[in-house]
Amino acid sequence: MDNIAGTKSSLTWAVHLSVVVLVVLWLFPTVGLFVSSFRTSDQIASSGWWASMFPTEQNLVLRAAAPSAQVQEGTDFVISGNLFEGSTAGRISRWGTSSRAIDVYKAGETADLGDDKMLTVEADGSYRMVSPTEMTGGRGERVFVTAKTPPEFTFDNYRNMLFDPSNREGMSRAFISTLTVTIPATVIPIVIAAFAAYALAWMEFPGRALLIAAVVGLLVVPLQLALIPLLKFHNAIGIGKGFLGVWLAHTGFGLPLAIYLLRNYMVGLPRDIIENAKVDGATDFQIFIKIILPLSFPALASFAIFQFLWTWNDLLVAMVFLVDSTGETTVMTKAIVELLGTRGGNWEILATAAFISMAVPIAVFFAMQRYLVRGLLAGSVK
Amino acid sequence: MHPALQGLVTIAIGVGGCMGYFYLSNFLLDRFLLPARALTAAEAATRRRLGTIFLLGVPGLLLAALYLAFFLPRGIFNVTGLFWMAVTALLIYGLWRLRDYVFANGELTAGRNISHANMIRPWLFLLPAIIALGLYLTYPVFETLRLSLTERVPGGGSRWVGLANYIQMADEPKFWEAMRNNMVWLVVVPAMSTLFGLLVAQLTDRIAWGSIAKMLIFMPMAISFVGASVIWKLVYDARPVDLDQIGIMNAIWVAVGGDPQQWLTLPFWNNFFLMAVLIWIQTGFAMVILSAALRGIPEETIEAAIVDGAGPFQVFFKIMVPQIMPTIVVVWTTITLVVLKVFDIVFAMTNGQWGTQVLANYMYDKLFRANDWGVGSASAMVIMLLVTPILVWNVRNARKEMR
Repeated sequence: MDNIAGTKSSLTWAVHLSVVVLVVLWLFPTVGLFVSSFRTSDQIASSGWWASMFPTEQNLVLRAAAPSAQVQEGTDFVISGNLFEGSTAGRISRWGTSSRAIDVYKAGETADLGDDKMLTVEADGSYRMVSPTEMTGGRGERVFVTAKTPPEFTFDNYRNMLFDPSNREGMSRAFISTLTVTIPATVIPIVIAAFAAYALAWMEFPGRALLIAAVVGLLVVPLQLALIPLLKFHNAIGIGKGFLGVWLAHTGFGLPLAIYLLRNYMVGLPRDIIENAKVDGATDFQIFIKIILPLSFPALASFAIFQFLWTWNDLLVAMVFLVDSTGETTVMTKAIVELLGTRGGNWEILATAAFISMAVPIAVFFAMQRYLVRGLLAGSVK
Repeated sequence: MHPALQGLVTIAIGVGGCMGYFYLSNFLLDRFLLPARALTAAEAATRRRLGTIFLLGVPGLLLAALYLAFFLPRGIFNVTGLFWMAVTALLIYGLWRLRDYVFANGELTAGRNISHANMIRPWLFLLPAIIALGLYLTYPVFETLRLSLTERVPGGGSRWVGLANYIQMADEPKFWEAMRNNMVWLVVVPAMSTLFGLLVAQLTDRIAWGSIAKMLIFMPMAISFVGASVIWKLVYDARPVDLDQIGIMNAIWVAVGGDPQQWLTLPFWNNFFLMAVLIWIQTGFAMVILSAALRGIPEETIEAAIVDGAGPFQVFFKIMVPQIMPTIVVVWTTITLVVLKVFDIVFAMTNGQWGTQVLANYMYDKLFRANDWGVGSASAMVIMLLVTPILVWNVRNARKEMR
C-alpha cells in the first residue's frame, strides 16, 4: 500500500517498531523455556534465563589446592594454581577470604592470611599462596570471589530425559506412545474422509445437501459430550482403554473437518476432467484413485497436518481413552501434566520435557506451513 | 506386541481394510448386483431368489442369533429391548426395500441397471464415514442427554431422575464460578485474539520482513496447550522476596518496585493470566485468516479513499474493516468454539483452583474425579447448549452457500 497514489506513509518507522515489539512479545515466553532447557537446575534457580545470555556477575565460593600440593621454593612454601580449575573460567573483579567480607580485595592484590601467609589472586583466577612455614590442614583455602562468568549451556537435561534408561520420568516411552497414537489417527480418517468427500462433491443422490449440512453441524459438536458414552461403548465391545480406542476416537472426532475440507477442495476441481474420464469408461472408483486423489494432494496435506498437530498435542482424548492406571501407555502431554504436579519447581525437567514434546510439531509447522495456511483458509466456514 | 508395531499393523489393516472395502463393494456392485448389461426375465428371477437369500436370509439368521444370545436373556419388553426391536424392524425393512431395488422382477435393461448402480454407489462411498460420524459424534449427543437425566444405581443400571442433576448442579457455587469465568473467557479471548490478529495482519502487510514476522507469531499454533502452559508457568513463576526472580512477570514487577506475586493465585486477575495463554496461541490463527481477507480487498476502494483525502486510520477503520467484517465474524466464532472447549490450559495450570474453574474442566472433574456421570453429563449438555447457536448459524450459512 506504500506506493498508492504516490504517498509514502510517514508511519513506516512506527510500523517496523511495533511489529518488532509484537514479535518479541510473542517469542519471549517460548525462547525463555527453550533457553532454560539448556541450563542446570542451579543456574535456573539463581537467575532469570535472560541473564544467561550475557556474562553474569556472580558471587562464587572457590577453593585453592590443598596444602599437600605445596612446593618449597627457597625458604618459602608455595601453593599456586587456578581457582577456576574444573569449572568454567570467569573474570574476577573482587575477592575476599571470609564469608563476612567477600569483596575487600581487588584482583591482583595480596591478602595477609595471618602467620605471614600471603595470598595473591589475579583476575583470571590464578593464585599464589606463599608461607614461610610449612602449611598444614586437609583442605585448601576458601576464596570468595565476585566474578563475571560467560554463558554456559548443557545438553545434560536432554540426555537425562531422553536417553537415561534408569530415569523413571524419562520421556522416551511417552514419545513412542504419542507417535503410536498419532500416525494411525492421522492416516485412517484421511482414507475414510476422502471417499466420503468425493461422494459429497461429485455424485448426485437424494439427501446430499442434508448430509453436507450434517457434516457442517458436527464440525462444532464439542467432543466433551462423547467421552462417557464412548467409554461405555468401548467397554461394552471389549476394547476398553487402549490404543485401538484412542485411534477410533480420534478418527471419529477428526472426520467432520476432514470431510468438510476435502469436499470443499474437490468441488473446485475442473468438471471436464472427471466427465472426460467417465466418457472414456472409467468407473467412479478408478476416477477417484487415479484422478481425484492425486489432484487433491494439497487438501490431503492440509488436513494431515491439522490432524497430526491435534492428535500429537491432545491431552483430553488420551486421558479418557488411553492412559490407564498402570501408566504404561502414557502420552507426552499427560506425562508433562504429571511432572507439573510432582516437579513444579524443577524447571530443568519441565522445560526439557515440554521441548521434547514440542520439537516435532514445531518442525512440522515450519516445514509444512504453506499447507497449514491453505487448510486454515479453506476450513473456516465462509 | 509392542504398541508401535501394533500401530503399524493397525495402519495396514485400517488403510488396507478401507481400500479393500471400497474396491470390493464397487466390484460387487458392478459385476454381480447390477451388471451393466440387459438381463432376461428368467435371469432376473434367478438373481432375485439368490439375492433374497443373501440380503434377507443371512442377515436374518445373524439377527436371530444375536437376539437369542443377547436380548432374550435380558428381557425384550423394557425400554432397551423395545428400542432394539424397532432398530431391527427398520433394518429388515431397509434390506427388503434394497432387495426390491436391486433385484426387480421381469426383463431389465442395461440402462436401468447402470442408473440403479449409480444410485447405490454414493452410499457405498459414504458408509464408513456415516457409521463413524453417527457412532462417535451423533449418538453421544443423545446418550449424554439421556445420562444427564438419569443417575447410576449401585450394581449397574440407571434410574430416571428428570432434571434433578441440573438442579443439583445449579446449587453448586463451583458451577456458577465456571459459568461466570467462561463468559469472561468468551468475551476477552475472541476479542483480544481478533484485535491482535488484525493488528499484526495490517502491520505486516506493509513491510518487507512481514512474512517472517507472521510466521513467528503464528508458531504458537503448533504448540500444545500443555506445552504452552509450561511456557507460561515459567513466565508467571514467583520466588521469595530476597531471591532473584526467574519469571519475567515478577522480574519486571519487582524492578518497578512491587513485591513478587503468585500471579496464578491472585483472585479474579488469575483468570486473565490464563486467558493470555489462549490469546497468545489463537492470535496467529486470526492473523492468517484476516491477512488473507485484507489482501482480497479491491485496491480501487482504498485508492479512492486516499484520493478523497482519508488518512491511514480512516482508510483502515472506514474502508478496510467494513469490507472484511464477514471474515472477522468467522474468526470470532471459530475462536469462541475453541474457548468453549478450553480444558488443557486450566487443567494444567491451576486445575480450577483459586477461582479459575471453567465449564470443560468442571465437567472433567465431575465425570472422572467425582465419578458423577449425571452432573457431568448435565454440564456437558450446557456446553452443547452454548455451542448450538453457532451450529445453527454455520449450517444455515453452508446451505445458503450451496444454493
